[in-house]
Amino acid sequence: MSAPAPLLQVQDLHVNFEIRSGLLQRVSGLIRAVSGVSFEIERGKAFGLVGESGCGKSTVARAVLQLLEPSAGQIIYDGQDLAQLDKADMAQFRRKVQAVFQDPYSSLNPRMKAGYIIAEPIHVHALKPPGEIKAEVARLLDICGLPARFADLYPHEMSGGQRQRIGIARALAMGPELIVCDEAVSALDVSIQAQIINLLEELQRELGLTYLFIGHDLSVVRHICDDVAVMYLGRIAETAPSDTLFSDPSHPYTQALIEAVPNPDPDAEVNRIIEPLAGEVPSPANPPSGCVFHPRCPVATERCHHEEPALEAIAPDHATACWNVSAARKRFTDPTTKTVLQGAEK
Amino acid sequence: MTLLRLENVAIDVDRDGQTRRLVHDASFELDRGETLAIVGESGSGKSLSALAVMGLLADGLRQAEGVIEFEGRDLSAMSPKQINQLRGSEISMIFQEPMTSLNPVRSIEHQLTEGMRLKMGLSRRGARARALELLQEVGISDPAQRLRQYPHQLSGGMRQRVMIAIALSCNPKLILADEPTTALDVTIQAQILALTAKLCRDHDVGLVLITHNLGIVARYARNVAVMYAGRVIEKASARDLYRAPKHPYTRGLLDSVPRLDLPRDRPLSPIAGAPPDPMEELTGCRFHPRCPKATDRCIAEVPAIHDVERHQVACWHPNLAQKNAREAVA
Repeated sequence: MSAPAPLLQVQDLHVNFEIRSGLLQRVSGLIRAVSGVSFEIERGKAFGLVGESGCGKSTVARAVLQLLEPSAGQIIYDGQDLAQLDKADMAQFRRKVQAVFQDPYSSLNPRMKAGYIIAEPIHVHALKPPGEIKAEVARLLDICGLPARFADLYPHEMSGGQRQRIGIARALAMGPELIVCDEAVSALDVSIQAQIINLLEELQRELGLTYLFIGHDLSVVRHICDDVAVMYLGRIAETAPSDTLFSDPSHPYTQALIEAVPNPDPDAEVNRIIEPLAGEVPSPANPPSGCVFHPRCPVATERCHHEEPALEAIAPDHATACWNVSAARKRFTDPTTKTVLQGAEK
Repeated sequence: MTLLRLENVAIDVDRDGQTRRLVHDASFELDRGETLAIVGESGSGKSLSALAVMGLLADGLRQAEGVIEFEGRDLSAMSPKQINQLRGSEISMIFQEPMTSLNPVRSIEHQLTEGMRLKMGLSRRGARARALELLQEVGISDPAQRLRQYPHQLSGGMRQRVMIAIALSCNPKLILADEPTTALDVTIQAQILALTAKLCRDHDVGLVLITHNLGIVARYARNVAVMYAGRVIEKASARDLYRAPKHPYTRGLLDSVPRLDLPRDRPLSPIAGAPPDPMEELTGCRFHPRCPKATDRCIAEVPAIHDVERHQVACWHPNLAQKNAREAVA
């Protein structure tokens, strides 16, 4: 079986931000937002990056979108290294790769009607002759589940879900191959969130889209993505196909994330034993030695304080950056090893 | 005696010379040591109901009808001075965003001891000693140093711990927590909720937990009131509600959320449309434009909340025998 060439490859990506301080704004430190992240996405698949605030997931997204320059590493799109593209190829890349952001209220221009927001990229890139633009806007609105009259509304006249549909229609206007969804459904109410998730899945099936899906809600990321990478402090802690990652998590951080999510099932939750992860995420300006997770890790050993574990395969398609995978797995599956913390008494 | 009782509470807003009703006919009750969750989406009126209990409705908003009783005392009949005496001592509140609800230019010590000195009459030394104990109880290390710090020097999780310490400082009987962990990361959320539940249990405090997260409700609440567009549309124990939701909206919410405990390919069934604008006039049941079971009666008449099996439901056509999400998958 030969795997098809991936649409997007991210290889050993590093992104550092300089901390400047003092009168002369000298560089006084370095925030290592992303430290050596590698992954690839096959055409037509959805790949999820999940993690808590400050883990670097949105920075990876911005690097892929070429909204910031990587400090090191390569981003290869459809076999081409983005750093080597000339101006014309870069324009093509920007057309093929589009983004949908979290808050459609701040990412849509409040002074433009929806029709103009969607038409602008078609016009700028001359994707359609001027006479056909109006029909194209109506078609895009229809694909996104909105009637054509929405072209005449301003963003403030719409609900959050409708605005997010406009954001998606605008991204689709360019005929993209890859859409980077950065917390695209996080700000929406529960009943609306499910509508947008279903729309994204439908569009993926019908248009053959590839997604890089950034999120903090594990259940949403699991639902949408074929493969998932869990990030912690700028690194990938674990990556696997969704089903594997959530049924057989092998990194203690992935396990803690899964345990922290309460399920909508009172009968099960009342007996569920969880031990919330202690402490908080350290500063990426001053990351811990060894494994960056060791200060919060329930199975850390001496080695974890000194040596950083590499992301290594523990099964086909399943890789973990942890020295103590077997101890972590044992702890996760055996509740007697945990401090009991019950939910409410019922 | 019931700790908190709301009966037929209505909240109105006056805007541009017009009066609109934002909360209609809200009733629920809570005993000491219990947790009641109020669930709803934005604009459902869940936060307004809590603010009304605290007597903290913003200008232009007012409680137009109904009774709010705390330990049998009618809050609406109390003077502002009496309510002020209750607020912060017997009833306290935890807000969503601790960065905006803590005062950025006052030290943690000032904010944590203020209530104890005012409401409990503690001396500066006495209040400080209790503040140190409280910080320890909410899991903050090095409390003496933290007292000297300001909110911006603490992380989001730490700030929410300080909020909880402030809420507990005057030995309240009731805490209203409005989306207490929505702004926090999931591992910190788990820490904060486990802590809040434990402290309320240890101190026999009644907790009203306002949230949109159905998982949190399942884990922490005994009873649930679901609000939609300003009305309480279903009330039941958490177990009954999740096992067999009776209101089509409750059912729709449960069918909308992706879940880690069910297969990944379980399809989501969203509710069509969007919640109505609170300022919009709407006849009949406020859910009827989105409801798959709506009939002419639903468009014309407002359904009153009534007993259906062990639930209370405001619906003309409650689901009587439907499978829940888990059974539907199996």
